[in-house]
Amino acid sequence: MCAPRELSVLEKFNGSDSMDSRYRKIVYIVFAVAVVCIGLAVKNAYYLQMLIFIGLNTLLALSLNMLMGYAGQISLGHAAFYGIGAYMTAVLTASYHVPPLLALPAAIGAAMVVAWIVGVPTLRLTGYYLGMGTLGFGMIVHIVLREWSSVTGGASGFVGIPPLAAGPLVIDSEQHYFFLVWAMVLLCIIMCTRIIDSRVGRALRAIHDGEMAAAAVGVNTKKLKLQVFILSAGMAALAGFLYAHLIYFVSPGTFGFLASIRIVTMVVIGGMASIWGSLFGASLLTLLPEWLHAFSEFEMVVYGLILMTVMIFLPRGLTRGVLDLFERWRKTNDR
Amino acid sequence: MTDNRILLEIKNVDKAFGGIRALRDISFCLQDRSITGLIGPNGAGKTTLFNLITGIFPADNGEIRFNGRSVNGFRVHELVGLGIARTFQNVELFESMTALENIMVGMHTRTGCGMIGSILRLPNIINEERRARTKAIDLLKFVGLEKYAHQKSGDLPFGWQRLLELARALAAEPELLLLDEPAAGLNMSETRELGGLIRQIRDQGVSILLVEHDMNLTMSISDKIVVLDQGSKIAEGPPRAVQSDEAVMAAYLGKAKKQEQHASHTKS
Repeated sequence: MCAPRELSVLEKFNGSDSMDSRYRKIVYIVFAVAVVCIGLAVKNAYYLQMLIFIGLNTLLALSLNMLMGYAGQISLGHAAFYGIGAYMTAVLTASYHVPPLLALPAAIGAAMVVAWIVGVPTLRLTGYYLGMGTLGFGMIVHIVLREWSSVTGGASGFVGIPPLAAGPLVIDSEQHYFFLVWAMVLLCIIMCTRIIDSRVGRALRAIHDGEMAAAAVGVNTKKLKLQVFILSAGMAALAGFLYAHLIYFVSPGTFGFLASIRIVTMVVIGGMASIWGSLFGASLLTLLPEWLHAFSEFEMVVYGLILMTVMIFLPRGLTRGVLDLFERWRKTNDR
Repeated sequence: MTDNRILLEIKNVDKAFGGIRALRDISFCLQDRSITGLIGPNGAGKTTLFNLITGIFPADNGEIRFNGRSVNGFRVHELVGLGIARTFQNVELFESMTALENIMVGMHTRTGCGMIGSILRLPNIINEERRARTKAIDLLKFVGLEKYAHQKSGDLPFGWQRLLELARALAAEPELLLLDEPAAGLNMSETRELGGLIRQIRDQGVSILLVEHDMNLTMSISDKIVVLDQGSKIAEGPPRAVQSDEAVMAAYLGKAKKQEQHASHTKS
């Protein structure tokens, strides 16, 4: 039963253990080339915008996946960090004329500080209680964004965010923005893969499998959970920053409860603890509402159905599930 | 085989859960480079004592000293850093991770790469990773599982999971290793092999505190036995002395003895 077996396609792909770095570099290069080709080939502004949104959602899904998929800590308020990033840069660049290049670290830093303050008490909770705690946090941030109208513009939103500019370089065309966002996506994918495949990543996965046992082998679980929460918040804030300078307008509705649930859905559908799954889940949930325009009012119903179907039939997420099916099919064909 | 240096000292330790006094006034010492067997009937407080030594919960009273230093109030992961590692009664492996990764997590306190280090992946981090991997493979070889390095630990048969957990505990380079019923669920030959491994570990300079119901194993490998019954220490000494101790016999065979007495009473 336990003869040494070959690594499955999936394990090679996710590189949880023994994928050599050469192979991984090739994947990155293919990814980068694909991004460049798509960026140059697609001229239609609508499609470009769609692709940019896929990129932003990938950042969000990836950030939550680090926390939820790898460390096993659920967050139902992740859109709050997305919102903090977006509003921070909006207020700084529009109201105080801070250059975006300086607003970026401020936006990420603010989200990280908030994550730190919120994380210390919240991450003591586990399971459903952690879910409830983060849910409450998300709602508080949403309410603050909506009600603190002197700063945030209130429920009607915040207008007049300037385009991204660094000195003479202004990024205002869709195409440039596409390249910027996807460069960030690639950067974050590399960053996350490296973390997952290191001492820190192993400790995170250990916490996921058994927090008590992780502590018993010497992992400071409290500290590590807080660290990954802060990292995750920072990545979500980066997405928020990019979103604000893409749309030039932010409103609280974008960062509410539904947005948080959508991020969770992306992670679950793409596959927990799967970095490339985040990309897939984000793509699907960005495109699906566009394809299902006829259902627009029933969007949440469709999300719910997808979530249920995936959880019942492919509990490891679509990416893994499909690869599992593919392997089963290949095995039966080999016989 | 044993020298006189005291590695672990338990002094007048009490622990109660609600109204139940799980441990009362327990004191004993554990010599460096020795195997100490901790035995007693179910509910005697053996696992509770393990949890106190490893910092899972604090003692109500008394003191635990490790290497001459009081470790009261230390947290679980800090104690691992000081050199106390353990295995669990119901194997607690990281099931979604491979055997090799499990052992590498075990080295957590002996490696230093942090979040930023892992992202930058500088040469010293790559070296550390390589060293950790080599050592993990050596440990797998030690317990005879090197062929299954890339197998998910949850897929291994139970006996091997126990061995893997033992290797993972050793990866922390402990001075004191606590084994909570390591032979439970193992067959005869596996148990014999385990006994050999435990001796080898001791000979490499690691002291062992062993909770085990398999008396053959415990009596044959232990240098000293401590017996608990209903939260109190009732005997302590070399295996032979403990085996013939009356209090111990009473604790283990108490009912039988009472029945005998009862029988003799009715006769007379």
